[in-house]
Amino acid sequence: MIEFHLDGRSGVAPYLQLIHQVRHALRLGLLREGDQLPKVKDVAAGLAINPNTVLKAYRELEYEGLAAARPGIGTFVTGTLGDGASLAAHGPLRRDLQRWLAKARGAGLDEESIEALFVSTFRSAREEDIA
Amino acid sequence: MTAVIETGSLGKRYRRLWALSDCTLSVPAGHVVGLVGPNGAGKTTLLSLATGNLLPTTGTIEVLGGRPAAGQAQLARVGYLAQDAPVYAGLSVAEHLRLGARLNPGWDAGLARSRVERLDLDAGQKAGTLSGGQRAQLALTLAIAKRPELLILDEPVASLDPLARREFLQDLMEATAEQGLSVVLSSHLVGDLERVCDYLIVLVGSRVRLAGPLEELLAGHHLLSGPRRDPRSLPDSMQVISASHTDVQSTLLVRTSGPVLDPAWMVSEVALEDLVLGYMSQATGRGRRNHLEVQR
Repeated sequence: MIEFHLDGRSGVAPYLQLIHQVRHALRLGLLREGDQLPKVKDVAAGLAINPNTVLKAYRELEYEGLAAARPGIGTFVTGTLGDGASLAAHGPLRRDLQRWLAKARGAGLDEESIEALFVSTFRSAREEDIA
Repeated sequence: MTAVIETGSLGKRYRRLWALSDCTLSVPAGHVVGLVGPNGAGKTTLLSLATGNLLPTTGTIEVLGGRPAAGQAQLARVGYLAQDAPVYAGLSVAEHLRLGARLNPGWDAGLARSRVERLDLDAGQKAGTLSGGQRAQLALTLAIAKRPELLILDEPVASLDPLARREFLQDLMEATAEQGLSVVLSSHLVGDLERVCDYLIVLVGSRVRLAGPLEELLAGHHLLSGPRRDPRSLPDSMQVISASHTDVQSTLLVRTSGPVLDPAWMVSEVALEDLVLGYMSQATGRGRRNHLEVQR
């Protein structure tokens, strides 16, 4: 079971934050098909948010085919993001990335520069793919 | 679905002063409604009319389809938590629960008991010696355990510290989810409202300035900033709620149904606070200072 949190200062609507967190957990393999999502009542009570906000997030996940409600029981994960094989590749890729980060720090880059370099490289690689 | 509160040209006058004027509202069921406005705007008056503690001077009000406080059955359907969570200082926690059981036909003793246990309230303790947070929680317990369809709360968390406030709102949201309650609460703590409310009513100077589902209201308003210009030159589809100007720049809060296409404007989304402050300054004329300066 995952636990939701809310960033009050992000400016992102709370129901979108909940959706992002489910998608994120699916990508990282923290949530798998068949897992139950936290009960609406528990999320509302835990975060002190309107239950309709939670319902809206869950309905959106249903619409995306990622979850399904079983009346009287709860909402369950029915889809995946990124298949099992790609999840298995996470470990080695993470290690590569850690080595790269160590190198970047060794070259004297601070966190902001590392992030900027990563994002700009990521973007230009994506643009090349599209072109 | 019937409206939880339906008013038509509702007004309340104290001697010569109108505390509420020409209030026409239809609040649908199943929402947590935030009632906001400055002190003295008429929030408590509206809530007192809804609970039947006050009678209207003009107009009509129906709550859950009935006249407020019209009889036993109507009283049982509405829970009310007045400002500062009043409890009987000389009665113990257990005596409050017994009183609740005696006075309310639909009393849920199991719910009341389990809440008191979970809150770690000592059943024998006099309510007058409880902390502010505990007192509010005891009052909420009484209001929830009568199993109302509509819960009306007047500034329930204003006097609580941040932790007690969060705990109170957590329990309120849990009850809302569990019992399918409709809730109307007044507050001027915008941060709290942003989390719990999905319907907003802005009351300023005894009048309703804005009412509707929160998401629609947020989507229908934009903050525009750009080169200084006269708000009157904007298209008719845009209603200017508040405006401020420097010698080179104008910043406007506008209400519009469509997208803003004029490339001269930088458009940003509004948050609940922008909306509330915008309508408050529109009504009071405060915040227009800069506007007057440039028109000199």
